[in-house]
Amino acid sequence: MKYMMLIYWNHAEKPDFTPEELQKLRQGWLNFNKEAEAAGVLLDYNGLLDITDATTVRVRDGKTLITDGPFAETHEQLGGYYVLDCKDLDEAISWAAKIPAVIAGSIEIRPMYIAGQG
Amino acid sequence: MSAAALIETTYREEHGRVIAALISQFGDFTLAEDALQDALVVALERWETEGVPRNPGAWLTTVAKRRAIDRLRRATTQDRTADVLDLPTIQDEPDMDIPDERLKLMFTCCHPSLALEAQVALTLHTLGGLSTTEVARAFRVTESTMAQRLARARRKIHNARIPYRVPPAELLSERVDALLAVIYLIFNEGYCATGGDAPIRHDLCGEAIRLGRVLVKLLPQSAETHGLLALMLLHDSRHEARLDKAGELVLLDEQDRTLWDQTKIDEGTAILDMALTLYQPGPYQVQAAISALHAEAATPEATDWRQIAMLYGSLATMRPSMVVEVNRAVAVAMAWGAPAGLKMLLPLDAEADDFYPYHAARADLLRRTNQREAAADAYERAIALCGNSAERSYLQRRLNEMLNRGV
Repeated sequence: MKYMMLIYWNHAEKPDFTPEELQKLRQGWLNFNKEAEAAGVLLDYNGLLDITDATTVRVRDGKTLITDGPFAETHEQLGGYYVLDCKDLDEAISWAAKIPAVIAGSIEIRPMYIAGQG
Repeated sequence: MSAAALIETTYREEHGRVIAALISQFGDFTLAEDALQDALVVALERWETEGVPRNPGAWLTTVAKRRAIDRLRRATTQDRTADVLDLPTIQDEPDMDIPDERLKLMFTCCHPSLALEAQVALTLHTLGGLSTTEVARAFRVTESTMAQRLARARRKIHNARIPYRVPPAELLSERVDALLAVIYLIFNEGYCATGGDAPIRHDLCGEAIRLGRVLVKLLPQSAETHGLLALMLLHDSRHEARLDKAGELVLLDEQDRTLWDQTKIDEGTAILDMALTLYQPGPYQVQAAISALHAEAATPEATDWRQIAMLYGSLATMRPSMVVEVNRAVAVAMAWGAPAGLKMLLPLDAEADDFYPYHAARADLLRRTNQREAAADAYERAIALCGNSAERSYLQRRLNEMLNRGV
């Protein structure tokens, strides 16, 4: 079963890390990736740049509407994702609880659509 | 007993077990429910004419399994013709013992990824065998709202793949806590019911106790599971005395203790004693112990308030809350005098300002230490915050005393 782990955190509250802290943080992500890969659950992952670099597109009445950033003011924004292959929701939850961002932000677990399901 | 009445009883008693066995085999909640419904229709016809099988639960399971297989086959082959089913005869002694899979089902229904209200509804419907209509009435929502709530929960179990199993050791204790919380919530929904629909809702107490008994059988080593069952039995023993003829709540001190159900008290106390031998203290056992001390006192004055005060002290460290703090201060006042109780109560002031039991307790303790004006103020504040008419009229009576004697 594929689960997408959407990683949300509050960019406004991003603290100023010292180089040592930053290094530790990076190591945390690398360790998670290594562990998930070794367990054979890691299918895909990516980090996203800040919402200040985002553009929102809509097509209404045939017209393309383009706006800067995301539509709504949100405290937490999507910062990245993992796609993990887990046997059930409990396994997915146990992986989500290890994603480094989980202690400050939150992880939304979304089962991925399989054709014919829903 | 007529076949219809017997099916009704069998359904109630066996529903959880049969459904759990079906879900185990087919891994599909909806299919299991549909197949059981089919089997009930068959049972109604057959039992009427041929008599009732010796093991109705096993018979229903056998028929429901065949129906489920039939439904699956028809779903894949688009074959809509009615099948001639190879039904077990009534005399057939089913060859299998249905394995008890209800524990797995409980863990699925009470999975923390489901909203609490969905956990409660699923547990009552799937394990307790309450119809959608009955669950809807008990929770005062429309039938379609409840049907949607159940359908959404079943869909999530399927789509998000919520496991159907007894959780592994590292998750077990927190997941058992979740089961107990759901059962206790069902009990309290029934226990706190007053007024017109109280009888319907009191059924929830019976249902919670029934689920508690099943869980005790399935988890005999879990002391808190025994503790919860003991607590529910001890609380429920006061059922007859708790409401007056108008359906209004009667406070513990003013209850006719001869109406307390001694059988439930004895059973609850025995289960609590059993729990204590497992040496895993927990909040349900402590609350049951408090309830047992009330139950064994022939009069309010005979209550062992010292021990109750100490038990509230342990409860405050296990599960701190404002209710516990207020009850603890009241018990301290009963055991060691009103000034001692007041001394514990007053520091809560800032946090407890909109919590009426705090003001009611403070008012009573101020009255007992002859601080009439302050007591009257506290009664007024409590009355303004209290939503229960029986308690409000008690508080009003006390307030009047303060005002009259104060003049």
